[in-house]
Amino acid sequence: MADTEKNVQRGQALLHGTKTILLVGVGGQGTILAGKLLATVAAEAGLDVKVSEIHGMSQRGGSVSTVIRLGEHVSTMVCDDGCADVVVAFEAVEALRAQHYLAESGTMFVNDEEITPVSVNIGNFTMPERVGERLAELGAHLLDAGVIARGLGTPRSTNVVLVGALSTALPFDVELWRDAVRACVPAATVDANLAAFDAGRDAALRGAAR
Amino acid sequence: MDKNLMSGNEAIAQGAWEAGVAVGVGYPGTPSTETLEALVRKDDVYCEWSPNEKVAFEVGLGAAIAGARSLVTMKHVGVNVAADPFMAAASTGVNAGLVLLAADDPSCYSSQNEQDSRFYAAFGRIPCLDVADSQDCYEMTRAAFELSERFDTPVMLHETMRIAHTRTLVATAGAREAVAPRDYADDIPKYVMMPANAVKRRLVVDERQAELEAYAETCPFNKVERRSEKVGVICAGAVYQHVREALPDASTFKLGLAWPLPARALADFAASVDACYVVEEASDYFSSRVRALGIELAEPPAAPLPVAGELKPELIRAAFGVAQPTHLAPATDLPPRPPAFCPGCPHRLVFCELRRLKAIVTGDIGCYTLGAVAPYGACHTVIDMGASLSMAHGMELAGAPERTGRPVVGVIGDSTFAHSGITSLLGTIYNGGTGTLCILDNRTTAMTGTQGNPVNGVTLTDSSHKIGPLDNPTGKALDLLALVRAMGVEDVVEVDAQDLQAVRSALKAATSATDRLSVIVFKAPCRLIDRSRGKQPTIRDCRACGQCIKIGCPALGRAKDGTAAIDPTQCIGCDQCVQSCPFGCITKE
Repeated sequence: MADTEKNVQRGQALLHGTKTILLVGVGGQGTILAGKLLATVAAEAGLDVKVSEIHGMSQRGGSVSTVIRLGEHVSTMVCDDGCADVVVAFEAVEALRAQHYLAESGTMFVNDEEITPVSVNIGNFTMPERVGERLAELGAHLLDAGVIARGLGTPRSTNVVLVGALSTALPFDVELWRDAVRACVPAATVDANLAAFDAGRDAALRGAAR
Repeated sequence: MDKNLMSGNEAIAQGAWEAGVAVGVGYPGTPSTETLEALVRKDDVYCEWSPNEKVAFEVGLGAAIAGARSLVTMKHVGVNVAADPFMAAASTGVNAGLVLLAADDPSCYSSQNEQDSRFYAAFGRIPCLDVADSQDCYEMTRAAFELSERFDTPVMLHETMRIAHTRTLVATAGAREAVAPRDYADDIPKYVMMPANAVKRRLVVDERQAELEAYAETCPFNKVERRSEKVGVICAGAVYQHVREALPDASTFKLGLAWPLPARALADFAASVDACYVVEEASDYFSSRVRALGIELAEPPAAPLPVAGELKPELIRAAFGVAQPTHLAPATDLPPRPPAFCPGCPHRLVFCELRRLKAIVTGDIGCYTLGAVAPYGACHTVIDMGASLSMAHGMELAGAPERTGRPVVGVIGDSTFAHSGITSLLGTIYNGGTGTLCILDNRTTAMTGTQGNPVNGVTLTDSSHKIGPLDNPTGKALDLLALVRAMGVEDVVEVDAQDLQAVRSALKAATSATDRLSVIVFKAPCRLIDRSRGKQPTIRDCRACGQCIKIGCPALGRAKDGTAAIDPTQCIGCDQCVQSCPFGCITKE
């Protein structure tokens, strides 16, 4: 693209060192598309980027994670304890499960919804208590991403609402994000996903993320 | 040159395509599956799924001997299945390039073990290229075909899950080499591995090894990066990336060629640093070989490296005494969230009934392995593809039903039955075995992402055009009932896996008949290929007995008062809970 040169300068100037973004959720919530969007933005900004996904058995309703690392030069593709500059949790219990990955100065966005695992449904375990308080202690920004997506009439776009919120924590031009949405989602759903992205970004900017 | 984000598997497909590959063949298996799915979408290359990895390797070898460059893909345990033709091909050589992608899974994210496939390359004495990012995948795949033809040998391309499923930026040429098919000529001494020929081919392999060892010393994929003179690290693959992260000042010897090793270059590297280390994951493949070359290796100063599981930078930092970032302790009070049968999964009711029967269940490889976990606990062995049926026979021979008072039931999926269950069943029939065998025919290879297979008749080309099992696929679909009858089983029935009463009575009838072999084909489409939804049921006058909860549906939980509650965001309106309520409280009125 014609603006690549400009984007490169902007991206590298604004992003000091390597950043690690960790997306966590429950299989089927769309973490892989969210990771693809961020990676596309980083690549268009002229940065090196690695996106590590877990496929296979864990996708059947289990805990899933995607790691995106971006910077001038990226080596490892995994996220060590204490190394995630941003954690985006698609579900609240999974946010707590990822708390040890969060860097000391890291940011956490959490979709304020809980999905009960089968282990709880069948009575072998219980849901944790004080989830909201514990997330607040982590300094997490809670966001009603699922509510927002359902309000837009596209419940499956919860992931893109969260990407909108994530976009506020990274120094990339908003149009790069919108271009990435256009490039990565099926043509028929571009408008719906752009609306979801904007709604998530607005919610985070307005401070609707608590 | 433009760079594109590609997974390792996509980059391998791109490299193979640019190298003029004509035939791609494999069996789906995490983390290798997406390679052929990417290759089949390209022009002028033919790709297909085989019933199993042995067949795939043989198809690839036949194509290569006939003159077409061929790519064969499989996961690490698939290499075990293909080991027989693999070892013979290492002797015969190939004519046109033959590249075997072996995809390992350290830490067993989706596998029954974490074996290191590079031992096979060393065993067969064929070159093994080891990739560390998608750019490597692209470049080394292209080079692998040239190496294969230059040295007349199959070449192993070795990747791990972190490489296969990590997207990194790749600069590609984007153009396909014009590679004409190589001429085929009869060559009985080379390709007929009868004893008189095989002993001579052994000598050819010895000569080839010497040539490959010379090549290894100058192989461009072995890369020395000089930094500190104090610490030098020999590494490869994803581990190279972790070493760069954890020990940024260390000099590195990145082995892009994992077999044979460059003895002289490694000795020079070791001599150039105060302390030379091997850092590797889940294996002693490199350290044992480097030591065997007479090179002295140092032990990490702070702690030994883990011998099992995937390596991460933090584990390398710990071994080398490097400071770690501060962080919170992991939360310890969270409910586990392992994978589970999807809402509406056709396997669910079968495992509920096997649990009810208290059967000893020999299981197999697929989503239905989850029958082993709570709330079912109704799958008691999972070993390898096809083992369910043969192990059930072994348990019968050991008198397990009589000694435990429990029926033995073998359970296998449709794709796995085609993979290696047919020969297992044949063994039981041939030897007059009895017992109950269940084929869970969900019309797809579900675990790896709904690939086609010989039972559903969906070809890889069909899949690339989004033609699924329910859309009149173009391949020949195997008639399971006709096959099982033709093999000599008289007691074979097809049962709707979504009909609880039918599942219950079929299992009861089969396990009560102890004088004969019974085969039940439980048929209903996987919910990943049949996305249709029914009306969500309602619950009225629930007595909180918990019977419906015991079916383990993710959409079904308990309200605070103990009564059953449906999660409307997950419920797809199947009838499984409706059929499971003993009081008729869950209805679709």
